[in-house]
Amino acid sequence: MWDYTEKVLDLFYNPQNQGAIEDPSESGIAVVFGEVGSIACGDALRLHLKIEVEADKILDARFQTFGCTSAIASSSALTEIIKGLTLDAALNISNRDIADYLGGLPEEKMHCSVMGQEALEAAIYKYRGIEVEQHEDDDGALICSCFGISENRIRRVVIENGLTTVEQVTSYVKAGGGCSSCGAAIEDLIATIEQEKALTATRVAAEIETAQNRPLTTVQKISLIQAVLQDVRPILLADGGDVELYDLEGDTVKVSLKGACGSCESSTATLKNAIEVRLRERVLPNLVVEAVS
Amino acid sequence: MSAVIYLDNNATTQVDPEVVEAILPYLTQYYGNPSSMHSFGGQVGKALKQARVQVAALLGAEESEIIFTSCGTEGNNTAIRAAIAAQPDRKHLITTQVEHACVLNLFKQLEKQGYTVTYLSVDQRGQLDLLELEAAITGSTALVSTMYANNETGTVFPIEQIGAVAKEYGATFHVDAVQVAGKLPLDMKTSTIDLMTISGHKLHAPKGVGALFVRRGFRFRPLLIGGHQERGRRAGTENVAGIIGLGKAAELAQLHLADLPQEKKLRDRLEKGLLVIPNTEINGDRKSRLPNTTNIGFKYIEGEAILLSLDRYGICASSGSACTSGSLEPSHVLRAMGLPYTTLHGSIRFSLSRYTTEAEVDCVLEVMPGIVQRLRDLSPFNNDQAGWLQDREEAVVVAR
Repeated sequence: MWDYTEKVLDLFYNPQNQGAIEDPSESGIAVVFGEVGSIACGDALRLHLKIEVEADKILDARFQTFGCTSAIASSSALTEIIKGLTLDAALNISNRDIADYLGGLPEEKMHCSVMGQEALEAAIYKYRGIEVEQHEDDDGALICSCFGISENRIRRVVIENGLTTVEQVTSYVKAGGGCSSCGAAIEDLIATIEQEKALTATRVAAEIETAQNRPLTTVQKISLIQAVLQDVRPILLADGGDVELYDLEGDTVKVSLKGACGSCESSTATLKNAIEVRLRERVLPNLVVEAVS
Repeated sequence: MSAVIYLDNNATTQVDPEVVEAILPYLTQYYGNPSSMHSFGGQVGKALKQARVQVAALLGAEESEIIFTSCGTEGNNTAIRAAIAAQPDRKHLITTQVEHACVLNLFKQLEKQGYTVTYLSVDQRGQLDLLELEAAITGSTALVSTMYANNETGTVFPIEQIGAVAKEYGATFHVDAVQVAGKLPLDMKTSTIDLMTISGHKLHAPKGVGALFVRRGFRFRPLLIGGHQERGRRAGTENVAGIIGLGKAAELAQLHLADLPQEKKLRDRLEKGLLVIPNTEINGDRKSRLPNTTNIGFKYIEGEAILLSLDRYGICASSGSACTSGSLEPSHVLRAMGLPYTTLHGSIRFSLSRYTTEAEVDCVLEVMPGIVQRLRDLSPFNNDQAGWLQDREEAVVVAR
């Protein structure tokens, strides 16, 4: 038997906001619904939203769900979460928010929370007149033909939930859960996403530290400075010069400029400034570069 | 939660109190090894012999034709591998699409080892077509392996007719009778079956014990190699307590065969009452079915949600829906029957036992309409706007 939280069981036995929303035909009020899933898949959700047009805000949310215990509980949770939100805020709701509201879901049931997030997106896009297909199809190749799951849907859950295995992807969006012939494709996609993440991570690491304004230790500062200098060196080497970190005193970076560059006063000044700009951008905004001979 | 109403007896059964009583001394006092050369162990050996007589009696077999195993899975694996070893020149095997995983997955592995396997299809009632068998079988078919009755629908296959075809081509005939022992009378003396598997916990014995019938004269090869236990046909120190329990359970099952009409009457009462609920259908062959099993599709709702709702009343049943299996596909049995998705996901199996009472059945009949209504009220399918979903269902069916 699945290990459901009390909250899941409570919302299954006593769901909130079930049913449809009648269009009141009032001015300034719009009613829209979004739907995902099908009876063939074993779960489907129709999410109804009542929207205050002027404020771009969700006044009421109701659901109709065909599915298991956690599908019904996730739908109910979703309606509770989004009531009162602006549409922009609602679009920021992720499947993880739904799962967290429920105190967690068994991993094999995470796809129920994904269904909620997708129905919400479908409803809002429909209201805004955006075709979901258009929004998704920059590279929306179909990966799992059994459940009709595109690369983009898999990408989204992998990134948002930090998934690392095919089994997890299957639990979240069902992809790979049918004939399982797309297992290798999912594995490749996970590897690609991980590579992309790793690349971005190295590139952005320094910026993140700066942005969060976290005090860096001296060791961290030095290694970040070294990294920046490593990036600059090829340019200098091409001109027959070089740069080396000599010392760090507080926020003063002492570098020794060598070779062709070091012998030329004006170029030294230009160079010092160029390095300073990069270091300030990627390590700390208040760094000062000093050339030592 | 109120007292448990256990209607999941095809999954496992309550150990009969008389069985427990028979077992206990072998967990406490009589702990000797039946192979030992002293009377303390020897008395245990005698008890095993008695259990073998009891099991043989239930199957209408001779005691030398009974090998004790650890479970149905072991019995099926042993039988299938033994059949292949018996006729090594034959590389074709026949089974059905609706077998238990321990048979299907073994056959899939054998395919990788170079065997050709025919998986016989079933019709909407879950029934086999003998013509399909006759078309598939050849002189190089080593084995025909089918279940006696299906665990999910209760559909009973025409075993002796299948066996007659197998014999005609000299193929070994193995039958997985795990769901049948104790539910239908069996008589191996007049049967075409060569090998037949049973499992203890499906007939009120404990889990962890089973038996394999091997017809005398069959060229048997053991799966487990080791000591001389089971006359060299299943090595390993015997699960004495389990085997004593299986023996006692077999004896009781024999006695209770007389109660089966009563059990069937309760099943029919349950079924009739549930079919009053609109948009319900029986999955299975009403003309040839186990007396204790009913599988009903409740359209437009999902099985796991039904089970959790029943659980609140202490009612235990099971479902072929995708969400109960841990996989994402609904039951392979119901899919092989070609049932529509509307029925597939909302299928519930109730399986009764000799302990089931009329009051329990009536309790299910009392709560079920409300459960179904509540879930249908929640579902987007049970209203006229649901056209988009129906369309999509058809699209998916065509795509497959």
